[in-house]
Amino acid sequence: MELLGLFNYWVFAVLLMVGFYAVIAKTNMVKKLLGLSIFQGAVFLLYITMDKVDGGTAPIIQPGVVDAIYSNPLPQVLILTAIVVGISTTALGLALIVRIYEAYGTIEEDETQRLDIE
Amino acid sequence: MSIASQLPALQIVVPLLVAPLTVLLRGSGLAWAAATAASAMAFAIAVALTLTALDGATISYDMGGWPAPYGIELRLDAFSALLLLLTTGASTLSLLGARDSIAELMGESREPLFYAAWLVALAGLCGIAITGDAFNVFVFMEISSLATYVLIAAGPDRRALTAAFKYLIMGTVGATFYLIGVGLVYMMTGTLNFADMEARLAEVDEVRPIVVAAGFITIGLALKAAIFPLHVWLPNAYSSAPNLVTVFIAACSTKVALYVLLRFDFFVFHGNLVGHAFQFSSFLAPLAVLGILVGSAVAVVESNVKRLLAYSSVAQLGYILLGASFGDLAGMTAAITLMFNHGLAKGALFMAIAALAMHTRGHTLADLSGAARQMPWTAAALVIAGASLIGIPGTAGFISKWLLLQAALQQGPLGVVAAVAVVAGSLAALAYVWRIIEPLYFGTAEGSTAGGSTAVYTATPPLLLLALWLAAGANVYFGLIPAVPVSLSELAAAELLGHLR
Repeated sequence: MELLGLFNYWVFAVLLMVGFYAVIAKTNMVKKLLGLSIFQGAVFLLYITMDKVDGGTAPIIQPGVVDAIYSNPLPQVLILTAIVVGISTTALGLALIVRIYEAYGTIEEDETQRLDIE
Repeated sequence: MSIASQLPALQIVVPLLVAPLTVLLRGSGLAWAAATAASAMAFAIAVALTLTALDGATISYDMGGWPAPYGIELRLDAFSALLLLLTTGASTLSLLGARDSIAELMGESREPLFYAAWLVALAGLCGIAITGDAFNVFVFMEISSLATYVLIAAGPDRRALTAAFKYLIMGTVGATFYLIGVGLVYMMTGTLNFADMEARLAEVDEVRPIVVAAGFITIGLALKAAIFPLHVWLPNAYSSAPNLVTVFIAACSTKVALYVLLRFDFFVFHGNLVGHAFQFSSFLAPLAVLGILVGSAVAVVESNVKRLLAYSSVAQLGYILLGASFGDLAGMTAAITLMFNHGLAKGALFMAIAALAMHTRGHTLADLSGAARQMPWTAAALVIAGASLIGIPGTAGFISKWLLLQAALQQGPLGVVAAVAVVAGSLAALAYVWRIIEPLYFGTAEGSTAGGSTAVYTATPPLLLLALWLAAGANVYFGLIPAVPVSLSELAAAELLGHLR
């Protein structure tokens, strides 16, 4: 059980680093944005993992059921908000990339920098 | 229930509700008028709230009627009042002056959308300053950031797009780091309310996740606040944004991120983590000093005026951080006063540049040559704001520099090093402000576009001049009668450091 509990956190850390690597190392703006989405997705996993209670179920009161163990619903609500924020960020980022492509004719970051210097 | 008791909620609700209405307003100037009125109303609310906070009172407002640790609490103390005053004031003054230059830049059809984004950004910044809930801060931070990316991307040339994209990437990474930190703290304490978190952290046995959380939160917010060496997004964003947008974001957006950083590190963590004060100052004080020196050095050689002032902002953020890293009452008071006074000085300077740029059409030092002859009032306001940035007596900048130097000299030998850095930074400020003033007054008009096929405005639009002089006047007023910001800062510093055990 201990290992299973930690497994999620390992996935969180690996995903976080995969996303972060893409953000830093890639020059293609769409790939950067993809990395950013993975990076944010990792954090969603962290929140979802921490709310799980062993043997817990969805926090809904049912008739005839007493002493049920519930998972903590709050982090799920928080992450629902964070997912919305993530989608807005991705949408805005993609919109910016479209405008950048129209203005520069490329979406490679190093090439846009070179074009600006010229 | 009287309307006065609803003021904390209205502070956010007014700009947030007017924003979608602004989109519907067609016709020249209507959207601008609505946005300016909403912003002025937010400023009036901030003034009313500040008057209560000046007595040392804390207002707690339960959002939706849910009591504090469970529901979202809006919490107004001296620190948040000062930030609200700065944010709404900067927004109102820059909106007041924005009409002509934004109308020219955006065209009538996109103008309403632009002002809507502006109000959303304002609502987000106010929300960060007033909320007492850690997750709420994240949401408001993203609301204001997303709107700010849009405002920056509206800049006149294509560099604005790449600058906005870079800011979007770095800002989101910063916000996500903050989110990880908040998650870890929530995991250990089960609460998101700042005050409740502070109380419950004392009972946590396993401190390692909290230390990790403190690291994530500090780095994430340092990215948002453009603390050296995480400042790389700032010069591009400031220099390519529309001029009046630069006024707004330069005056308040990094300060609001710094506000959250100080609130978390001092109000929540300081009393609960062993050695936190030492770690905070030994990690951030060197960065602050480097920020002062590098930012000032780059500003001294930079030839684009907006980039010059942006690098000066990097240096000024270093002063604020340096004051905070002393970790005592005097240092914190100086840091918080600096946040306010630098917002005043830098806002006024960027506004003067915006006014000059309507005539000169360019942002290099050469473009400014001789502009003072055509626009004497604008140039005079720039001199006052520049004096405040340097810290010349009689201006607001002097008060905060003086407080910072006093606090530094109480710190022993290392404090003297800090004081030397502050003085060196101020001398550099003298140099780079002079580099702006010299061509302005003594340059010949040749080399600029003054003869100008492109120059539409031969004088500053009256509303922009009014806003500029109000900003410059505030610099002088708070330099001569500094009671309000200084006493608010003292209260705020006592509140932040009051939890030391």
